[in-house]
Amino acid sequence: MKILVAIKRVVDYNVRVQVKPDGSGVATDGVKMSINPFDEIAIEEALRIKEQGKADEVIVVTIGTGDSQQQLRTAMAMGADRAILVESSSPVQPLQAAQILLQVIDKEQPGLVITGKQAIDDDNNQTPQMLATLWDRPQATFASKIDFVDTNNIQVTREVDAGLETIQVELPAVVSTDLRLNEPRFVKLPDIMKAKRKPLEVLMDTDLVPSPKGEPIEVLAHEAPQPRQKGVMVETVDELIDILKDKGLVG
Amino acid sequence: MSKVLILAEHNGNQINQSTAKVLTAAKQLNADTIDVVLFTADTNLASQVASLSGVNEVKLVKCADNHDQLAASIAPTIAELGKSYSHVFGPSTTFGKDVMPRVAALLGVNQLSDVMEIIDNNTFKRPIYAGNAIITVKANSPQIVATVRTASFTADKSTDGSASVNESTLATAVSHTSFVELSTGNSDRPDLQTASKVISGGRGVGSEENFKIVYDLSDKLGAATGASRAAVDAGYVPNDMQVGQTGKIIAPDLYMCFGISGAIQHLTGIKDAGTIVAINKDGDAPIFEVADVGLVGDLFKIIPEMMEKL
Ligand SMILES: Cc1cc2nc3c(=O)[nH]c(=O)nc-3n(C[C@H](O)[C@H](O)[C@H](O)COP(=O)(O)OP(=O)(O)OC[C@H]3O[C@@H](n4cnc5c(N)ncnc54)[C@H](O)[C@@H]3O)c2cc1C
Ligand SMILES: Nc1ncnc2c1ncn2[C@@H]1O[C@H](COP(=O)(O)O)[C@@H](O)[C@H]1O
Repeated sequence: MKILVAIKRVVDYNVRVQVKPDGSGVATDGVKMSINPFDEIAIEEALRIKEQGKADEVIVVTIGTGDSQQQLRTAMAMGADRAILVESSSPVQPLQAAQILLQVIDKEQPGLVITGKQAIDDDNNQTPQMLATLWDRPQATFASKIDFVDTNNIQVTREVDAGLETIQVELPAVVSTDLRLNEPRFVKLPDIMKAKRKPLEVLMDTDLVPSPKGEPIEVLAHEAPQPRQKGVMVETVDELIDILKDKGLVG
Repeated sequence: MSKVLILAEHNGNQINQSTAKVLTAAKQLNADTIDVVLFTADTNLASQVASLSGVNEVKLVKCADNHDQLAASIAPTIAELGKSYSHVFGPSTTFGKDVMPRVAALLGVNQLSDVMEIIDNNTFKRPIYAGNAIITVKANSPQIVATVRTASFTADKSTDGSASVNESTLATAVSHTSFVELSTGNSDRPDLQTASKVISGGRGVGSEENFKIVYDLSDKLGAATGASRAAVDAGYVPNDMQVGQTGKIIAPDLYMCFGISGAIQHLTGIKDAGTIVAINKDGDAPIFEVADVGLVGDLFKIIPEMMEKL
């Protein structure tokens, strides 16, 4: 079985992004870029499944500009066998990304697709669900545990508002990861060298999907969030309780 | 002319408050009609929705075997119904986030995630980058599919509605996905997402045993208890207590946190809180930049003192 992992290059999660003064976007020049943290977890999970002998190949795919090769190389340094870059000159929205990923699935015929639950730039949380829909296959979103029942079925524990839900899905399926699924491994220097020799295929988005369906959502403006008013520091518990009482927050 | 279809959420016993919040958002579209679709085997739940004021019709789709919670089973029915609406709205809870993108894909449109403000029938505001930027977006598609950020809208609790209930049976259940079990952190404490007061603990609390004092203070104040991701990861508390970007987004009147540093991913979850109170032994902790009231000190001294004086 092949596992396909979809990853996205995003501003590193430690960076506090700033809206540009003219509202045209957020400042990304010279900012550290990384693999979307949920996608790193997706890669790790695929590698662990392969290491348990339940998969033979892990393929990473991304849709983005040429710069995304960096993130694909990191994924291969972690252990992915090969990579596919679908080059796209402008950012793609989830429905378009799902259509492109569907073409990659068509070519590769994976038994399992693992993605992050959301890309931390646009926070859309849509692509995996849309991909599963277009592919007409099951989905298991927000996964914190994946167990193989047999070669054709997995049980996935999902982090839901009420707690932990377990569902069983038939393969092939799309699983999206939550943070507690695993802790991604660190990349070692020799592996970075090895990853340089692993195959990286480049395709064009317009070749895979010449006329994507669905209109993109138009972004009219960016703004910084309303700052909260500066608060006060108190020295004692008594002062704190007085303030809470004044505000009617405690009896 | 706008017609809105809302996806209701329930837990088998009760309609989730997110439904009333999505309804509040839908009303801001000055819609001609607002209908609600509800998947359940329990007719009583339909009456709960029918009494919400402003609902025209409840489309009760009866289903057995937990298909009411399975996105792949219910999305085709929602999408089919959705074709005769201008807007299809769901809550941005884990349930809504699971289902609504499938509905959008079936309708061939991109989804608007986490709508926090409605400007007009096509124009909305939503957060990106964990709330560090807000974008104004315009959807030009024939159907607008959106999840509504529930912390941004107040639930209208009036129940003078008298919507008609139209019953049908689920015809789109899938066999490739089945429900196995749900384990809830279950407690008698107030629900994190609807409580007016929330008290949270972070890694600074140090252990599962130590969390007892956070629960005790919560109980004393009638508050729900929350936690940071670090506290959940360390196993102090179950995952359903996590507040933040990847946990729950909450908007209580009072949010009081102990031993939480204030990472941006945590702050995303609390920025709509009325009053934020932070207790941390490190005076430089970033949580103090957003706190309305800050107190530098050891939580193991401060909580017992609060217990005594409140
Ligand atoms: C993609 C992504 C998503 C994330 N989503 C979330 C999310 O939804 N929610 C979330 O919370 N985090 C989330 N995180 C994690 C986040 O970045 C932080 O790691 C986490 O919030 C830290 O938790 P903490 O404040 O409890 O721990 P720490 O940062 O370790 O802070 C502990 C604090 O306790 C204080 N302290 C210690 N002892 C005491 C004492 N005796 N008395 C008083 N104070 C004390 C310390 O001074 C310190 O400030 C996410 C991270 C990523 C990458
Ligand atoms: N441009 C992209 N290329 C590859 N995978 C993507 C892309 N955008 C999103 N994904 C995948 O879909 C997941 C959810 O993204 P989103 O729906 O944008 O929040 C991500 O964690 C990735 O696994």
